[in-house]
Amino acid sequence: MSQETPEPKAAPQQRRIGVYICHCGGNISDYVDVAAVREALKDEPGVVVSESPVFACSDGTQHDMIDDIRAQNLDGLVVASCSPKLHQVTFRNVAKRADLNQYAYTQVNVREQDSWAHPHDRAGATEKAIGLVRAGVAKTRLSDPLEPLRIETVPRALVVGGGIAGLRAAIGLADVGIQAVVVERESRLGGWVGRFGPTFPDEASGAEEVAGLVEQIKARRDITVYTNAELTGKSGTFGNYAAQLTLHRDGSDKQLTVDVGSIIVATGFDSYAPDEGEFGYGIDGVVTLPEFKELVDAAPAGTLSYRGRPVRSIAYVYCVGSRQEAPGNEYCSKYCCTATIHASMLVSKLDPGIRQYHLHRDIRAYGRNELLYNESRDRGSIYLKFPDDTPPSVQKEASGGLSVTVTDLLTESRELTLPVDLVVLVTGMVPRENSDLVQVLKLPVGSDGFFNEIHPKLRPVETVVDGVMIAGCCQSPRTVGESVAAGLAAVAQSAALLKKGFAELEPLVARVDPEKCVGSGECLTSCPYDAITSIEWDGRQVATVDPATCKGCGGCVPVCGSDAIDLLGYTDAQMRAAIEEMIATDVPVKEPVG
Amino acid sequence: MSGAAEPAADTPRVLVFSTINISDPGIDLAGSRHLEYPATVQTMAVPCSSGLKPSWLVHALESGFEGVFVASDGEECAYLPDCAERTAAIIDRAQAMMSERGIPAQRLKMAALCSVCAEPFANYMREFSATLTRLRTPVPVG
Repeated sequence: MSQETPEPKAAPQQRRIGVYICHCGGNISDYVDVAAVREALKDEPGVVVSESPVFACSDGTQHDMIDDIRAQNLDGLVVASCSPKLHQVTFRNVAKRADLNQYAYTQVNVREQDSWAHPHDRAGATEKAIGLVRAGVAKTRLSDPLEPLRIETVPRALVVGGGIAGLRAAIGLADVGIQAVVVERESRLGGWVGRFGPTFPDEASGAEEVAGLVEQIKARRDITVYTNAELTGKSGTFGNYAAQLTLHRDGSDKQLTVDVGSIIVATGFDSYAPDEGEFGYGIDGVVTLPEFKELVDAAPAGTLSYRGRPVRSIAYVYCVGSRQEAPGNEYCSKYCCTATIHASMLVSKLDPGIRQYHLHRDIRAYGRNELLYNESRDRGSIYLKFPDDTPPSVQKEASGGLSVTVTDLLTESRELTLPVDLVVLVTGMVPRENSDLVQVLKLPVGSDGFFNEIHPKLRPVETVVDGVMIAGCCQSPRTVGESVAAGLAAVAQSAALLKKGFAELEPLVARVDPEKCVGSGECLTSCPYDAITSIEWDGRQVATVDPATCKGCGGCVPVCGSDAIDLLGYTDAQMRAAIEEMIATDVPVKEPVG
Repeated sequence: MSGAAEPAADTPRVLVFSTINISDPGIDLAGSRHLEYPATVQTMAVPCSSGLKPSWLVHALESGFEGVFVASDGEECAYLPDCAERTAAIIDRAQAMMSERGIPAQRLKMAALCSVCAEPFANYMREFSATLTRLRTPVPVG
């Protein structure tokens, strides 16, 4: 890791800042008096250029900005336009192309958060824009020239979990030239999928698919697999983590350290375990969906039996443990409807004479799975919808058989009692107990217990821990195909991080002023990423922040009783100045004529 | 000027602290959907609401903002699992400082705002502005 020491910045009032207020066609200027904003800003301390281009993001304007930066020797840039989500990178690049420090650039949002929100208040929107741009100038005036943190990366990735998502990811990593190390807690690879026969949507056997992946891995020198092994420690920083593995061998533990650039967590899920008595669970003949699938997979052609008794009728009770009110599992596991329909099709292929009743709240066989649902009805499966507040009940009959009582919403809520040989509780997925791993990797866990990504759409496999990705059902319930897709997304993300040989991190991290730090230690426990440590400085203990480990949240800042911590880009001086400038708007705004 | 919005001079100035990844996109969305709220509401984005200093909130109120609204990440914070508790503690500390200065606690409000919470944001702003306007009216004694 390295961080260059940039040129010292000029005194705030001596800064040379260029301000550009964008018309965005008319998206901004139709509702904000852009010329008034430009005029209000031109005499601000430190502002030497104040312009109002029609489109700030156009190639021509970008070139004009670069020319201004060079000709006027600008050391700060403020663009008031759309949301930073759209063009912050664009204008940082303008700064870079003009040899201006990219962190001397501030984007001010006067479109989504001004013109579009106040289309009927031109004076108010204009006054607001002036305040927002002044605040942006204030932040730029006090900005530090920063450089991205450059990190050397190791072309090796650790995959935690040897289920189908992890195994496929390991092969994907090796295919793009990144060595893969797989650790699996169990003695066998393959996870849930490896236990099953035919699975939807293509009828391929899960066990055979896993066996195929394992064969490929055995033939690859660039993939190493450890079973009966766990990730028990992690040190170092993103791009070059030292992963401590514990291998459980012959009653004793062996320790191993592997240097890896990224870590893909694919630890899978647990199946919901019903309580004793929940929908009759515990009664002989009441099984969960995974137990039933193994029974069907093992059945010889032409017959289905349970504990030596022939099965002539089955009731499936859907949504067991799913879609419950808090504190139950409120979410839908989304795979179980289709998995049950598919299993019932396997049953009808074994023996078309077996009567099958699907007792459901809703059927969520989305996409092409709808066709499977239709086919199962054509083959004779009967679907009965029960009300959310009146779930079915399962009884053991005196004769030894089972019966299920259900309220059928579609036949005027008539109560039906179905004598059946087997009851299948359609159980969903629950997060696996992984508290040790969560602690080691500092993984963010959501309120539902699954791991959290940074953004569900735009950054779906990354976590806030740089270089640590999540894939598959450890993240949320999903199908096999969706899990493998997430594993391969994590491969692509690893390649993007590791193939260059180095990575750049945002330098907007916390910084401790050792002069102010009194060594109280209050901040040390405030960081869940262990970025803050205590060091000796000038003969006393003070706190220090590791910039490569710091996530830049600023959570330590208000914890410090002596105001010794600043978050770069959001320093105490910058925040106070921005607040003062925002409120200080006193420029009279002329109403448009006519 | 046209439309039904109140003149800016009569509407309380409000400073919203948003979070870059969660609540600020929600506020962006309110604008993208043209959900109107008073133009006297200004927003300042920070990475995480747990990084706000209580003194900044008080400084805003003492500088002329009638209200400060912290649009926190709540349970969605990608940085800190206890973000809601941390932000609540920051609000408590700020309100204690406000109390020492005779500033009513109602002038500081916190609510979790998600990345698509456009309508809740616009509603919060209209309601908060109305609350702040009511606070201007002296409470009759006796």
